[in-house]
Amino acid sequence: MSAQIEEATAGGPASRTGKGAAPPPRRGPGRLTGGVPYLLLLPAAAVTVLLLGWTLLKSALLSFQTLGPRQLIQHLTEWTGADNYTEQLGSSEFWGVTGRSVAFTAANVVLVMAIGSFTGLLLARLGKKLRLLLSLGLVLAWAMPVVAATTVFQWLFDQRFGVVNHVLDQLGWHSMAGYSWTSGQFSTFFVITVLLVWQSVPFVAINLYAATTTIPKELYEAASLDGAGTWKQFTSVTFPFLKPFFLATTFLEVIWIFKSFTQVFAINEGGPDRLTETLPVYAFQEGFGSQHFGMGAAISILTIVILLALTAYYLRLVLKQEEDEL
Amino acid sequence: MRRSTLGRIWPGATAVVLFLAFVFPVYWMFSTAFKANKDIVSEDPVWFPASPTFEHFRKAVDADGFWTLVGNSLTVTLVAVALSLVIALFASFAVARMRFKGRKGFILVMMMAQMAPWEVMALAYYIIVRDAEMLNSLAPLIAIYTVMVLPFTVLTLRGYVAAVPKELEESAMVDGCTRTQAFVRVIFPLLAPGLMATSLFGFITVWNEFPYVLILNKDASAQTLPVWLTGFRTAFGDDWGATMAASSLFAVPILILFVILQRKAVGGLTSGAVKG
Repeated sequence: MSAQIEEATAGGPASRTGKGAAPPPRRGPGRLTGGVPYLLLLPAAAVTVLLLGWTLLKSALLSFQTLGPRQLIQHLTEWTGADNYTEQLGSSEFWGVTGRSVAFTAANVVLVMAIGSFTGLLLARLGKKLRLLLSLGLVLAWAMPVVAATTVFQWLFDQRFGVVNHVLDQLGWHSMAGYSWTSGQFSTFFVITVLLVWQSVPFVAINLYAATTTIPKELYEAASLDGAGTWKQFTSVTFPFLKPFFLATTFLEVIWIFKSFTQVFAINEGGPDRLTETLPVYAFQEGFGSQHFGMGAAISILTIVILLALTAYYLRLVLKQEEDEL
Repeated sequence: MRRSTLGRIWPGATAVVLFLAFVFPVYWMFSTAFKANKDIVSEDPVWFPASPTFEHFRKAVDADGFWTLVGNSLTVTLVAVALSLVIALFASFAVARMRFKGRKGFILVMMMAQMAPWEVMALAYYIIVRDAEMLNSLAPLIAIYTVMVLPFTVLTLRGYVAAVPKELEESAMVDGCTRTQAFVRVIFPLLAPGLMATSLFGFITVWNEFPYVLILNKDASAQTLPVWLTGFRTAFGDDWGATMAASSLFAVPILILFVILQRKAVGGLTSGAVKG
């Protein structure tokens, strides 16, 4: 669940300096050829192919099978062609979950990017002490293990003794005393969203702050000589300069939110009435919960396809850029 | 005049509000863990545990199989991170220091692998492991975790290896070292900070991993802490004190590691950004 991706600042000026640009062909030790490099790569390639490749292939194979409890126990392989796919693609449930996942992802990513960018720019404006303070808070939230954070948020939003309900009640919203966050679709999503935003903002903010330190001061000086205000400086200097950063981070967040399983599952297990199931949780419930592994695998494959479609633009960009660079 | 005063105050004020928003959940976890039950289950929240108690920690630690779970979590995390570091060290050395056909392809595969949606592939892995009759053991978990953190480790270490000046290696070889000796004596010591920062993020990923243990290991003796933690409420009723104590115990190692290594990690962000 942790999307650990190199170069969140892909293409950003910050990433270019320290990245250890690909060594140009040269004499000396760099020139060693023959079998050595392949020998060195062998372990990494082997385990990746064996575990990632095989698991992916197995998902694809399973998605064309009927695999229920009976087949599982008797070790039967029953091929069903594309039945699983036709069933899913023809069901309104699947499309409902898909639409929900996309909307959920969009809402979260917009919030994370907006709050994260705001916080990052704020970090750049603060004095030393306050910056240290805010960074400390961000780092603590960032470092908090996902599972621990999930239990803490359940406690914060607890119906009877949760501190959120208490504060809302004190602030005058009395109907919130004893409000059950997990009994409604929207309120459950609200809790999950607060949790995900809380977890993701530090990543965006701290990286953005690091990236702003690479913007030449002269650009701002020139802009303010031209009479540009804070907003104008952002749109004419900061944003254009950091555009690659924004692009990369947005897509990383899309990937991270879209495939988040732990948070969505642990807060309410997709409830109430399966109304907060996103695609990964749906695949789990259909495949593992109802013991239809073939069906679950088909949903998994469809999830991967949708994720690829959502991020195709970015992936192409990254691959092209790496191609040029390597 | 009024505007400029406001202009000076709002960044600071917003920073303090944001700081509180980010810190509060972490604070609330620890403070609840130390509060007496009557202060937790009270209509008016007690904001500070004036008379801290260790009762909840005792309950969490005494829970059935707690130490087995700690042992399991430590085992899978340390072994998977160590394995991926060793494997990645070889690969990143080749990628950063040698030119060969297929180098580009390998890096691209690693970049794609890094974005693999592991969560939705857990079902297929379950079937694979089941067919191998290895459910409820740690080995399949260690294997999958190693591969999960491997791409990131390779790509990050690549940057660190490339940052070690070649001249050092060359002069060691002029002095009569073999290439292997040059690596062990010259490059490896310089890589230590990189290895530490990289392993930190592997550590966090594996320590947190939830879907795979949840699906593969139904047997409590082969589970890890995340499964136990998410099930803690069911096992203990709504015992929030114990749940928060357990969460605190789970979070503390990561929080300490992260805060200590954060500087290095953020320094490394220029070469490889990470999200834990």
